[in-house]
Amino acid sequence: MRLRSTSPHGAMRLSTVSLAVLCVVGLSACGARVDGGSDTSASAESCVDTSGDTVKIGFLNSLSGTMAISEQTVHDSLQLAAKEINADGGVLGKELEIVSEDGQSEPTVFAEKASKLITSDCVAAVFGGWTSASRKAMLPVFESQDSLLFYPVQYEGLESSPNIFYTGATTNQQIVPALDYLVEQGAKSLFLVGSDYVFPRTANKIINAYAEAHGIEIVGEEYAPLGHTDFSTIVNKVRSADADAVFNTLNGDSNVAFFKEYNNAGMSADDMPVVSVSIAEEEVGGIGVENIEGQLTAWNYYQTVDSPENTAFVEAFKAEYGEDRPTSDPMEAAYTSLYLWKAMVEKADSFAVDDVVAAADGITYDAPEGKVVVNGENHHIAKTALIGKIGADGLIHTEWSSEEPIEPDPYLEGYDWADGLS
Amino acid sequence: MNVFTALLRPGRARTLAAFGLAAAVLLLAPMVLSPFRLDLLAKFLCLAMVAVGIGLAWGRGGLLTLGQGVYFGLGAYLMAMHLKLADAGPGGVPDFMLLYGTGQVPGWWEPLRSPVSAIVLILLVPAGLAALLGWAVFTRRVRGAYFAILSQALAAAFAILLIGQQQTTGGTNGLNGFRAFFGYDLADPLNKQMLYLIAAGALLVMVAVVRQLSVSRFGELLVAVRDQEDRVRFLGYDPAAVKVVAYAVAAVMAAVGGALFVPIAGIVSPADVGVVPSIGFLIGVAIGGRATLLGPVLGSIAVSWAQTSISEQFPSGWIYFQGALFILVIAFLPGGLASFAGKLRRRRAAAAPGDAGASGDAARDHELVPERSPA
Repeated sequence: MRLRSTSPHGAMRLSTVSLAVLCVVGLSACGARVDGGSDTSASAESCVDTSGDTVKIGFLNSLSGTMAISEQTVHDSLQLAAKEINADGGVLGKELEIVSEDGQSEPTVFAEKASKLITSDCVAAVFGGWTSASRKAMLPVFESQDSLLFYPVQYEGLESSPNIFYTGATTNQQIVPALDYLVEQGAKSLFLVGSDYVFPRTANKIINAYAEAHGIEIVGEEYAPLGHTDFSTIVNKVRSADADAVFNTLNGDSNVAFFKEYNNAGMSADDMPVVSVSIAEEEVGGIGVENIEGQLTAWNYYQTVDSPENTAFVEAFKAEYGEDRPTSDPMEAAYTSLYLWKAMVEKADSFAVDDVVAAADGITYDAPEGKVVVNGENHHIAKTALIGKIGADGLIHTEWSSEEPIEPDPYLEGYDWADGLS
Repeated sequence: MNVFTALLRPGRARTLAAFGLAAAVLLLAPMVLSPFRLDLLAKFLCLAMVAVGIGLAWGRGGLLTLGQGVYFGLGAYLMAMHLKLADAGPGGVPDFMLLYGTGQVPGWWEPLRSPVSAIVLILLVPAGLAALLGWAVFTRRVRGAYFAILSQALAAAFAILLIGQQQTTGGTNGLNGFRAFFGYDLADPLNKQMLYLIAAGALLVMVAVVRQLSVSRFGELLVAVRDQEDRVRFLGYDPAAVKVVAYAVAAVMAAVGGALFVPIAGIVSPADVGVVPSIGFLIGVAIGGRATLLGPVLGSIAVSWAQTSISEQFPSGWIYFQGALFILVIAFLPGGLASFAGKLRRRRAAAAPGDAGASGDAARDHELVPERSPA
């Protein structure tokens, strides 16, 4: 009696089926091959529907995962801008219809959701992204589908895609002015502390090149993994190096641990100031004002900026989300990005990507941070650099300003010392 | 042995029918789904390949592997490196190395220039690593939670290693922006369809392989090792060898899934290979039913699909749904959703014992070896 129903015969039939499947796969029609070097132009036809009373736009921020705490604030200010624009009659008379997607703090998800927003929801433009990894993941999607992304966060530069508008600072609008400020203050040596990912590593590459040209000594360069919270070793190295200032590109939770350890080691803003480029109003509360009071930051916007536009923005934001919510640079850049897109569309009198891009050059907008101008060539915007000091009230107060908007220069082509960086 | 039990044994006709049905559904999908949805399904099929392997190693072999992200990642990164080099052309340097690296292609990337050696490496490297690691671990009789922790630590270490080597692995950015897959333009929708069909074909072959392994002598041994390792040893078999084979087969399946994931998703980053995705692979398998043939596949595809569609509907609250589903299944259906059909049938069979053989529930086929079945 056979206990098992399998037999060589059964096995053979199963393999025949598998083989048949493979044959179907193998014989299925194949598409175009890539010819050497030829540009694979976008084959996608835009499906954006502008025939009705509404036009769809996409917001793609991480609403879950480690970045949610930061990106939720950007999402909120985008929603605020959309609400204001709709209350004011929309864009070209059409109401904005928001499609929100969660990037889940993962580059792969950002790429997937971007593709969904463009091809399934047919949005006219997408606003969002935070980490460089998320932007790098979305870039090929927007280029191959020929759609538009507005990216609202300061970043490491060395990029300019025809399908992305960068409304945060590039390096010559944040890091270089911060270094200029330190030189002006008489700093002769720097210690670099950063999280181990693209932005800090690239920023520090630029800082090293700057330092070499300006006679500043880099006395140490230390990286901690993202989310790392044990800084006793690094802080000990900082203390024994005794630099004139510390340049901090740490991101997220690590800052809490770093500044606590920094104070525990008996150092303060007076004897060795820390200049941070990733700590905004939102993070000051998380780190604890008492741990970070008096330290410096480099941004293009603070809640304390004194202008009628900013007063209106801060009031509107607090009315919408509560008195205790601060406004910060990335939030302001996101808010501004929606208004810039509106201005581009209205100038072009069209929602089509090519028309919007063609109309982009020279668009100005009186943003909460001050006047910004779109550079049609590299798709960044001219912004005023502000060095701020963290006050006892938890807000950041402008200590130094470039007064004028600085022209964006993502590849640092206008700086001799930056030759060979890109 | 009466006629009823013989009929209840895995019937090859019914297995073939279910297999044919699955193949038909997969082959018809391109006609029904939009290009974006088809792309998503192709991605889910790649993740399901990892699940098939876990079904074999964990469901049948009892090897709770919390680190399949390593093998998925090895396959994915090896493929991504090949695609990057192919895009750069003969002697060319991938774009990100010019930005963040030295502008030179490191020596260990070079073997991946040729498509043939890339494919061979995608199969051999994960198999070799799994065999080596498996041999070291299983011959020392490390098992249960200790093996699970070890495999998870491996996934964590792998992700940290990738992040730290930004010049040569792209760091947190990972590798993306591929233009072509073995010469075929990835922007062409027809080629995307071809990729989907390759993924569907590979998945079907893997399911067939697991089914053949399960009903073979090796499959019986594997289940025996899971349930009574010592007894198997006393009978003169080497349990370590059996486990190593199952672990290596699962690793290769994960690697092939990873290798196909890369051209389909267009990106691989450390966030796809670390601890969290490694556990994510397991969720689908557990929900579907780990000890069944089709449970892991269907569970994995269902979980991926639910995750995507729920997150599209509720961008800020979808993660709670996933958690709730997992808790519900573990609490009420520890055998997974596939065991639900079995439970129902057993109840029916108990009500009408004479009718059991003819009830013809297709799910029965796939419940080849329920865990802790009486020896």
